[in-house]
Amino acid sequence: MTIKEIQDAIVDEFSMFDDWMQRYEYMIELGKSLPLIDEKYKTDDNLIKGCQSKVWVHAALDGDKLVFTADSDAIITKGIIAILIRAFSGQSPKAIMEADTAFIDEIGLKEHLSPTRANGLVSMIKQLKMYAIAYQTQLN
Amino acid sequence: MIDVKSIREDFPILKREINGYPLVYLDNAATSQTPKQVIDTIVDYYSNYNANIHRGVHTLSQEATDKYEMARKTIQKHFNAKHSYEILFTSGTTHGINLVASGFAALLKPGDELLVSAMEHHSNIVPWQMLCEKTGAVLKVIPMNEEGDLVMDSYKALLNDKTKLVFCNHISNALGSINPVEEIIAGAHAVGAAVLIDGAQACPHLKADVQALDVDFYTVSAHKMCGPTGVGVLYGKEEWLRKLPPYQGGGEMIAEVSFEKTTYADLPHKFEAGTPNICGGIAFGAAVDYLNGIGMDAIAAYEQELLQYATGKLLEIPGVRIFGTSANKTSVISFNIEGIHPYDIGAILDKLGVAVRTGHHCAQPIMDYYKIPGTVRASFAFYNTREEVDTFIEAVKRARNMLL
Repeated sequence: MTIKEIQDAIVDEFSMFDDWMQRYEYMIELGKSLPLIDEKYKTDDNLIKGCQSKVWVHAALDGDKLVFTADSDAIITKGIIAILIRAFSGQSPKAIMEADTAFIDEIGLKEHLSPTRANGLVSMIKQLKMYAIAYQTQLN
Repeated sequence: MIDVKSIREDFPILKREINGYPLVYLDNAATSQTPKQVIDTIVDYYSNYNANIHRGVHTLSQEATDKYEMARKTIQKHFNAKHSYEILFTSGTTHGINLVASGFAALLKPGDELLVSAMEHHSNIVPWQMLCEKTGAVLKVIPMNEEGDLVMDSYKALLNDKTKLVFCNHISNALGSINPVEEIIAGAHAVGAAVLIDGAQACPHLKADVQALDVDFYTVSAHKMCGPTGVGVLYGKEEWLRKLPPYQGGGEMIAEVSFEKTTYADLPHKFEAGTPNICGGIAFGAAVDYLNGIGMDAIAAYEQELLQYATGKLLEIPGVRIFGTSANKTSVISFNIEGIHPYDIGAILDKLGVAVRTGHHCAQPIMDYYKIPGTVRASFAFYNTREEVDTFIEAVKRARNMLL
């Protein structure tokens, strides 16, 4: 599936919820189901700055695809990361670099897109794209 | 006793809804809300007499100057300063601290010691660290204990004839502890050190009497006490204000200027370079009048009731731990729930219309002390109600159920 197709699927899933409560409960579920990052990658180097909660993101190439693993000490933040990873992990660095992130708005998480928001969703997306740029350079 | 119902009518913002829920504003320690009496003052200023102050020959300038200086007198009276020129208008508490720290650069030498409490806001730590870097003075820390009280024996042991300055908050923003400032000031004076008290968290809850305290510097922000943001005052004892050099150069702070030599204006103008926040100063005066209209003692008594009520209810929720359990504390509750990150609780509470603060509250050393990433902080004001406390408690329970 392309990033766009995955994003559309996520938007579809979220459209089933009537209110914020259900959306948040789903995000919390996603957070709890986020595959654990290898403890050795939970280093200060992999910490994303600008988040009130701690967020670690690790990236590694699997062939020509970029695979992300991540963790956070806050569950809602973990849910947001789970959504991002589902959309971006296992894709080519080029596709990640060029990916649009408007689906965040469509699933009702727009409030988290504000740059001043303490969970640092914007920092997370930026970090994923930075990894993509770095690995794209490596692939070239 | 205070009539909360009628007081709430003074605050238009309290009628707001957030996500379809009535706003429950419990972030008062970050900023207090603004009553219409203060809002009206701001509108009146810009509608009727907006002008630059001092030295203006025209009527509007005279009116604005009179109101601005009247506000200074109102604030002087509130804090019982001996002279109105000991009240310097600033942009807020942080500005006041930086003004004093900057002035002391000329008075310190390497090896001099400065004492800071372990429970300071970053704004009462960083300016002094910068001062130490500049002068070679050494920063020492007055420790705190598990309850969130300063360890006064350690404080006394730290005092010596090298101690030049002691700075401490009157009330901790993260824990709510009311510090024994009388004892701190007396101890510092006994070794010839000056004391700056950060009154940002105390000013909404109690009336500091700067003469009775015999404090050298006391600094507050208007927005913590129902005034606007971007304005505050620094009280400084006359002898200190005469000793310290000006903070910033510019208009308003001079007596005579030539390219050979400039002489500085007298107090308070020596420290008030540039066009000040005129409207803000006048509105600050209105805010002080408003609070005194209700009565600071009545406010404190009511807030204590809310604190006791909320503390009791919160502790009934399994896994709740409150940080800051001093016997002497104001209406601030910093807490966590076992197994849940404070950010998650704050995010759910916001969805339910309850405004709290989460994080380290600009007091990372306190979080390090307790080895926690942060806390959820609910801070109550005199316009909050018991019903709002109930809503808050229900919201915390709901958040806990969702998150655990």
